[in-house]
Amino acid sequence: MFQTRHSVRLAGVATLAAAAMLLAGCAASGGSSSGDSGSKNYAITFLPKNLGNAYFDTSDAGGKKAIAEFKGTYAEVGPATAAPDAQVSYINTLTQKQVGAIVLSADDQKAPCSAINQAQKAGVKVVTFDSDTAVGCRDLFINQATADGIAKVEVDMISEQIGDSGEIAILSAAANATNQNAWIDIMKKELAADHPNIKLDDVVYGNDDDQTSFDKTAALLQTYPNLKGIISPTTVGIAAAARYISTSAYKGKVAVTGLGTPNQMKAYVKDGTVKEFALWNPGDLGYLAAYAAKALIDGTITGKEGDSFKAGTLGTFKVGADGTVLLGDPFKYNASNIDQFNF
Amino acid sequence: MTTTTPPTTGSAANAASGARNYPGYGRPFWQRLLLRREAAIIGLLVVVIVVASATVPHFAAPITYNFLLLDMAPVLLISLPMTLIIITGEIDLSVASAMGLSSSVIGLLTQAHWPFPAAAGVALVVGAVGGAVNGLLVTRVGLPSLAVTIGTLALYRGVAQGLLGTTAVTSFPAFWTDLATSTIPGTLIPSVTIVIAVLAIVFGVLLHFTPFGRGIYAIGLSPDAAVFSGVKIQRTKFILFVLAGLVSALAGIFYTLRFGSARGDNATGLELSVVAAVLLGGVSIFGGRGALPGVLAGALVIGVLASALRLAGITSDVINVITGTLLVLSVILTSFLAWLQRTRLSAGRKRRVTNGPASS
Repeated sequence: MFQTRHSVRLAGVATLAAAAMLLAGCAASGGSSSGDSGSKNYAITFLPKNLGNAYFDTSDAGGKKAIAEFKGTYAEVGPATAAPDAQVSYINTLTQKQVGAIVLSADDQKAPCSAINQAQKAGVKVVTFDSDTAVGCRDLFINQATADGIAKVEVDMISEQIGDSGEIAILSAAANATNQNAWIDIMKKELAADHPNIKLDDVVYGNDDDQTSFDKTAALLQTYPNLKGIISPTTVGIAAAARYISTSAYKGKVAVTGLGTPNQMKAYVKDGTVKEFALWNPGDLGYLAAYAAKALIDGTITGKEGDSFKAGTLGTFKVGADGTVLLGDPFKYNASNIDQFNF
Repeated sequence: MTTTTPPTTGSAANAASGARNYPGYGRPFWQRLLLRREAAIIGLLVVVIVVASATVPHFAAPITYNFLLLDMAPVLLISLPMTLIIITGEIDLSVASAMGLSSSVIGLLTQAHWPFPAAAGVALVVGAVGGAVNGLLVTRVGLPSLAVTIGTLALYRGVAQGLLGTTAVTSFPAFWTDLATSTIPGTLIPSVTIVIAVLAIVFGVLLHFTPFGRGIYAIGLSPDAAVFSGVKIQRTKFILFVLAGLVSALAGIFYTLRFGSARGDNATGLELSVVAAVLLGGVSIFGGRGALPGVLAGALVIGVLASALRLAGITSDVINVITGTLLVLSVILTSFLAWLQRTRLSAGRKRRVTNGPASS
């Protein structure tokens, strides 16, 4: 009797062991080694905030394209959900695998830093894009846009769409939103200096809430009957404003522009509510980050101010203060190009 | 079989087995040591490590274990009190939120220029108070711990995020952050392993070698029997919840220092890893069964698998699927083995009953 019980227990142990073998076996078959291209280690891994995010799918596809151009090895790893510490174990793993560079959109300013320092000590270059870590923790940050650039493109778009004269309003996020307030200040200066015929009636705040932004749009149009355009420097606001106007009598008469994402705005661009809006191009951002990583691996730049490197079809870029590289002016989305984007 | 009178009924068979050394152990010591679920999990751990070292490039390097222990340290720490709680038949799902709360408190006090040890001390007190609230609601008010700690999971997380808002405090003294990631001199083993080892010994002795610990098993097996044996059920559970809060706060302090970043959303979802480690380690979710060595091995199995699979370039979704499957398998396997043992046992008894007269 005891004999049979032993064999049952042993069978249990054996089953568990077999399961482990199976798991580890599947681990081995999926294994990849750090790719070497010539003498330089062009194994570059993208580490987005989380996987399954359309924005990062677009940016990482840009990186993949660039890496294919210089015949490196592209890989993308990342956590399923963005948590402050989620990227640390991935950075550690990539350090162990001795990749040439990690291109990272940081989930937290500080949490990945000690892992990044360890990676750098092991000779791995670290480039951040989209969302930076603390300065000094990474080699380079690829900045998507500056406040000046964002403010200027929005003013340019509205003046073009309303013929450089008439009344406009701004539908912002929260009243104390740091980014938006900085942009609005620059827009006001820009308008006063270069567009004397445009009158800014009001700045209202939709708090980045869809319904509030929708209601504020309705209120704006009733309060200012001569309104010719609305700038919304926030993705929630511009979508809500476009939704209101697309179903109202103001469609085609009041211009809407600002910062938005293509998927949100596709319908309104196609039905004529919105002519053109702006945001950076995440694909270009990833493309530039990959070339920056290559330049660091090559040793042609070290990340100090004034360094310059070539980034394939995007041209030549210069490293600015604090190891930052600026992608350039925001990208304008309109009926001619919006179908190429999916994020 | 050395029975003199041929047994004819089941009760007679029991009496007969009573005659052959009933009070002693049914099996030799080595069998009791090796042929149990904890041993299976430890065996699984060894197998996973051996296979991963042989097949996954870069896994065999010592640095792997440094990263692994640092990653798993909070889970290892909290799994200690969690094991005791689950053996009593209760559960504490608020542990990760207590870590977040501890992290926020340290962040807030550091912002207010408190010296770090004082801030950490306050965080520990807050953790213990949080555990005491759980304990009181479970023992005095008599609510089920699942409901109570789902509530405090949300409550403590909410307070943690409310305290710090969206800011992250990162200005911690370098001495303490370096200490958190430091290694035992001359090795690559993180210093925090010492803390884990000491607490593991303390909880191990408490659970396995004290009357208090035997009481924990008694509560899980049969609360009524425990009461009549003189076990103070409410007091025992209350102490365990306070310990869980305290250790969670300690894990929160370590977590904050390791990443140098105090945030309200730190360690979100970690409670599930802890419960997974405890269950994989052979503790019964219904209470009454389990041992600490198995739990430590269970936590390490999860860590080693995740580390090996990441090194093999497998995405996090697949890693979650594999860990989840392993957990389900281990739970099913326990029930399956228990069922198999029961049917074999009753079959054997029947056989013995019918064979009884013939053998004598």
